[in-house]
Amino acid sequence: MYIIIAGGGKVGRFLTETLVNRGHEVLLIEKEKYKVDQYTEQFGGIVVQGDACEAQVLSDAGIARADVLIAVTGDDEDNLVCCQVAKRKFKVARVIARINNPKNERIFRALGIDATVSHTKALLEIIEQELPLSSLRHLHYIRDSKLEIVEVIIGPESPARDQPISSLNFPQDSSILLVVRSGKVLVPSGTLVLRERDEIVILTPQNSDNQVQEVLIGE
Amino acid sequence: MKFVILGCGRVGSRLATMLDMMGHDVAIIDKNQDSFKRLPPNYNGQAIIGVGIDEDVLRSAGIEQADVFAAVTNGDNTNIMASEIAKELFNVPRVLARIYDPLREETYHALGLETICPTTLISNVIVGRVLPGENKPKVPTPAGTNPLGTEASA
Repeated sequence: MYIIIAGGGKVGRFLTETLVNRGHEVLLIEKEKYKVDQYTEQFGGIVVQGDACEAQVLSDAGIARADVLIAVTGDDEDNLVCCQVAKRKFKVARVIARINNPKNERIFRALGIDATVSHTKALLEIIEQELPLSSLRHLHYIRDSKLEIVEVIIGPESPARDQPISSLNFPQDSSILLVVRSGKVLVPSGTLVLRERDEIVILTPQNSDNQVQEVLIGE
Repeated sequence: MKFVILGCGRVGSRLATMLDMMGHDVAIIDKNQDSFKRLPPNYNGQAIIGVGIDEDVLRSAGIEQADVFAAVTNGDNTNIMASEIAKELFNVPRVLARIYDPLREETYHALGLETICPTTLISNVIVGRVLPGENKPKVPTPAGTNPLGTEASA
């Protein structure tokens, strides 16, 4: 694949290295001359100096034949404009934008850039998994479906303890994927009675955290 | 009319002052408090510190009731993104964006944004004054309009 990367900070540099090692054709566009010189030494002639938001720079970079453009500068507005120019003016099939402020994820989507990566949010999710800040852990967000996968461990105070699954008032459109008891996976049928320390993995709408919490953890 | 202006530089502060004197309802946003020193002491409008691409900042400036939004910071991309938010998310009836880079201006103009490019505007004015009556050719935008690749006049 021919991949153009906009922005040669830590992310852009590492991305370039990774994609080159995987055998892709990569071009890195970076504004600062000293970085371009440094990277040219490391990567050879696949680094160009310029502003990736400028149509001319993208055109010179051969954007017409690019399969993917990835904008990973530290400024969300630059990543947005770069992706919009690539997508709307040059009809690049896939554009991916890094988002620094998680608030901008919704804005990018509203402005036509669907594929976004928010490192701030990703970091938060990882920290949450390592360090349970609440008893409900977010395992994965499924972007376009507005669904997420969460995990809850049944505690001693849980209203769901010793109750069959069918008696619990789960949010609409949610489904229990797994129940793990003492390391064994159980089929989450309606008759299964939940026990203390059971791990429940649930697919549920992204705005239904409170209801899941109420059913499995309590007030 | 209700105006929200982004960027309290020379243009933004002058625009805000002018509209305020004309009796309009004005809110101006800048990320730097010092910029508001450019406003006269008798300015009656709002002055809000914050980033113009932040929905909450725009909301506190009253964007939901605004008739006009003008983005005049010195960053082309900030102006573009803020204008798109004003237009697409808040449905402000009239949205104007200043874009220094002529090629970027052309691109976003074609995409439906109301844009103003001081670079072409001033070149045209100078040519018009010095050589009145002569046709102004359409200048092809050369590669490296902005050789350093930095944000125009940032």
